[in-house]
Amino acid sequence: MELLLSASVGILVAAAIYLMLSRSLLRFLFGLTLISNAANLLIFASGRLTAGAPPLIPEGAYAPVGDVANALPQALVLTAIVIGFGLFAFSLVLAIRAYSELGTLETSNMRLAEPRPDLRPDPSTATSNETSAG
Amino acid sequence: MADDHDDEGHWFSLPGLLPPIIAAGLFAAFWRALPTVADGGSIRHVTQWVPGMGVDLSFVIDGLSLTFALLITGIGTLVMLYSARYMAGHPQHDRFSLYLTAFMLSMLGVVLADNLIALFVFWELTTITSFLLIGFSHASGTSRRAALQALLVTGAGGLAMLAGVIVIGQVAGTYELSEIRAMGGVLRDSPAYLAIFVLIVLGAFTKSAQLPFHFWLPNAMAAPTPVSAFLHSATMVKGGVYLLARMHPSLAGTDVWLWTLTIFGGVTAVFASVVALRQTDLKQTLAYTTLMALGTLVLFLAAPGGYAITAAVTFLVIHSLYKAALFLMIGCVDHRTGTRDAALLGGLWRKMPLTALAAALAGMSMAGIPPFLGFIGKELLYKGGLESTASVVFVILATLLASALMFAVGAIVALKPFWGRAENLSERNSAKGEAPWQMLVGPLLLGGLGLYFGLFPHWLQDNSITPTVAALLGDPAQAKELHLWAGVNTALYLSGVTFLLGIILYLWHLRLRAGLTRIDDASFSFDRGWDAFLVGITRCAGWLTDRLQTGDLRQYMLVVFGTILAGLLLVIGRTGLNVQIPPLPDLHMKQYFVVILMIAGTGLAVMTRSRIAAIGGLGVVGIGVALIFIIYSAPDVAITQLMVETLVVVLFGVAALRLPVLPSREQEGARWGHAALAIAVGTTVSLILLTVTNGTLDLRLTDYFAAESYPTAFGRNIVNVILVDFRAFDTFGEISVVVVAALSAVALLRQGGKHAKSQSRTEEDRT
Repeated sequence: MELLLSASVGILVAAAIYLMLSRSLLRFLFGLTLISNAANLLIFASGRLTAGAPPLIPEGAYAPVGDVANALPQALVLTAIVIGFGLFAFSLVLAIRAYSELGTLETSNMRLAEPRPDLRPDPSTATSNETSAG
Repeated sequence: MADDHDDEGHWFSLPGLLPPIIAAGLFAAFWRALPTVADGGSIRHVTQWVPGMGVDLSFVIDGLSLTFALLITGIGTLVMLYSARYMAGHPQHDRFSLYLTAFMLSMLGVVLADNLIALFVFWELTTITSFLLIGFSHASGTSRRAALQALLVTGAGGLAMLAGVIVIGQVAGTYELSEIRAMGGVLRDSPAYLAIFVLIVLGAFTKSAQLPFHFWLPNAMAAPTPVSAFLHSATMVKGGVYLLARMHPSLAGTDVWLWTLTIFGGVTAVFASVVALRQTDLKQTLAYTTLMALGTLVLFLAAPGGYAITAAVTFLVIHSLYKAALFLMIGCVDHRTGTRDAALLGGLWRKMPLTALAAALAGMSMAGIPPFLGFIGKELLYKGGLESTASVVFVILATLLASALMFAVGAIVALKPFWGRAENLSERNSAKGEAPWQMLVGPLLLGGLGLYFGLFPHWLQDNSITPTVAALLGDPAQAKELHLWAGVNTALYLSGVTFLLGIILYLWHLRLRAGLTRIDDASFSFDRGWDAFLVGITRCAGWLTDRLQTGDLRQYMLVVFGTILAGLLLVIGRTGLNVQIPPLPDLHMKQYFVVILMIAGTGLAVMTRSRIAAIGGLGVVGIGVALIFIIYSAPDVAITQLMVETLVVVLFGVAALRLPVLPSREQEGARWGHAALAIAVGTTVSLILLTVTNGTLDLRLTDYFAAESYPTAFGRNIVNVILVDFRAFDTFGEISVVVVAALSAVALLRQGGKHAKSQSRTEEDRT
């Protein structure tokens, strides 16, 4: 199963990266969702796979009986899922907001903060005052 | 600085009187060290500073540092007395006095420090105080530019010097100069010698304004005249010369030392004296003659011979005396007439006889006329040049040319304003009598000393020259004797040629000046080159920023994933992979089914153009992950994953209503490169995961949590106990992140878009 899972994680990562390199912000968000799933699976699988033995302590015992699944990666993944969801929700709202402000979801056109060099006012005229005064 | 602050009462004030008193006190203190040093001894004082790094505040007084210390405090006393009167009534007089005193103390630190790190700190302090003093008239753009230029040039040199100091510390194992000197050739024989040499020389050449770093010094004349006299001729600019002299025992004696210093020093000396002839502003003229003197000093520090070093040390003292006197004298003239233009001034001796006397004394020392100390210095220079091991012809020619030009410039500066014709001097600029006594003491005393030491050189020889030569060459017997009449020899003939050439140059100087001005204006200007350099740096930064910060998200992502791939490959290259493909065990259908489900969902999300289909695909992947959690004993994780995945799908679905359709494959264009990168990273991650699962797992933490979960935390679900007990703070942080994300999302959504805003505004307008 490790082989299958490794292959699936690889496929998820590759698909996520391909989506995140898209020109559409929406596809970028799809990629973000996929890559957090891939990361969770990766952590989970590297803690080893144990079928049918959740990390629980039965009544009357002080420690788990027999071989149980590794609890540590489970705790980590649980936290990661929730954080990933927070990140995803915020990004989605940001995208909606950006679309209503800019009217586009094309990342190459979203340039309010970093205008393209060829459309910017000439930097030499903006800095020449400083250098001559300095 | 011709503003009249003629308020008799003001000079007798705290900022006027305190600095000269401090300087005079220090001078007296150093004077007391003279007998010890003259007997060949030295005084050392150490205060611990950063003992862990071998950095101490250690000071040493030997011949070299005492000569410098006496020049600094002696000339400092006179300059400060002078500025008490010169600056009296200036609204920022106290600030000026503070800067000037701070400079003097920093400069003393430079020449007394025995620890290289301490020396560097004081060195930078002189750079900063020099910056403050050049920019003292901060309302003037010229002053600000000159100050910044000096700061950047000497500051950059200082950084190079710091690097050199650190390399020296690494090679020698100590920063104490006296210990390094005691090790003999440890630096010379080290493979790092060339690096040390280049870095130290960069520091010295920028500070002492050698070509091609010379341009800041003439610009620094924007400072008030006492500053020019003190910092930019007598003391600070000699810092580089001091550094070369200090390092002479440890670094000199190699071919690279000999030729670098000879060539740079010689070229600077000749170039500067030619340009000095071109100037009409007397202060600028003196600035270039200072450059000439610095070039000569560097030139003579190149050779290891006794005559060359004696000549350099003697010339150092001579130059400090006459140059400070001349600067102060020009200040007097400027103060009384309101101009420093050599073409205007003339016939001042009637109104200003004492100033004229001071100018004549200093000018004759500068021209090297017997019986002044300048004559002795010039003879020594020729003798040193004749025994040069580099190229006698080059050194002698450079010295001869520079000395002849000095003769002519000396006449222009010291004679013409007082004895020349006055027909150009307007009524407005005619002298208003003699300058006040505080301003006359300095030039008269310094000029007089040039004559006194020329007639009676023995005191100077015993107390300053011989101990300094001993500090450089390690042997007082190497010091040559100073005397006016050394018999008929080559040096005397050369002096005769110098005078002849000097007189011709003076007589022709107006014609020469016109020619020089034309050549100078047509040729490359280092000063303008500096401006172009600064603009170039700004442009280059802008260009680089445009390349790195393209503002295109895809490019950033490419860089991010490319870096991740490179990093992963680097790790793999170091540790290697351990991939064993196990035979597929007989898994249940459910496992195959889950994996196929996930892959199908992924494919759908990537391929489709429909938003709803893509969201559906993502949902399928999420459910698949949840199923894997269930199969492999993680029920809590699976429940969370299911809930979150449901929410993701719902949110995406709602958002899709407000977002545009996905771009088609044609709109996206061919993305083979992206696909290759994505597959490369995906494959690498797969291989790494396989390697990890084949390795051994450190279960200590897991075992600890399993063992302690019930006894100490009273929980039977180990995952829950970890989350809310052992790692409770992590969980708290996680909750905070979600809350912040939710609050921000609400804020963003409630603000409404541009369209919403404009709509509501028009509605408001209507009502």
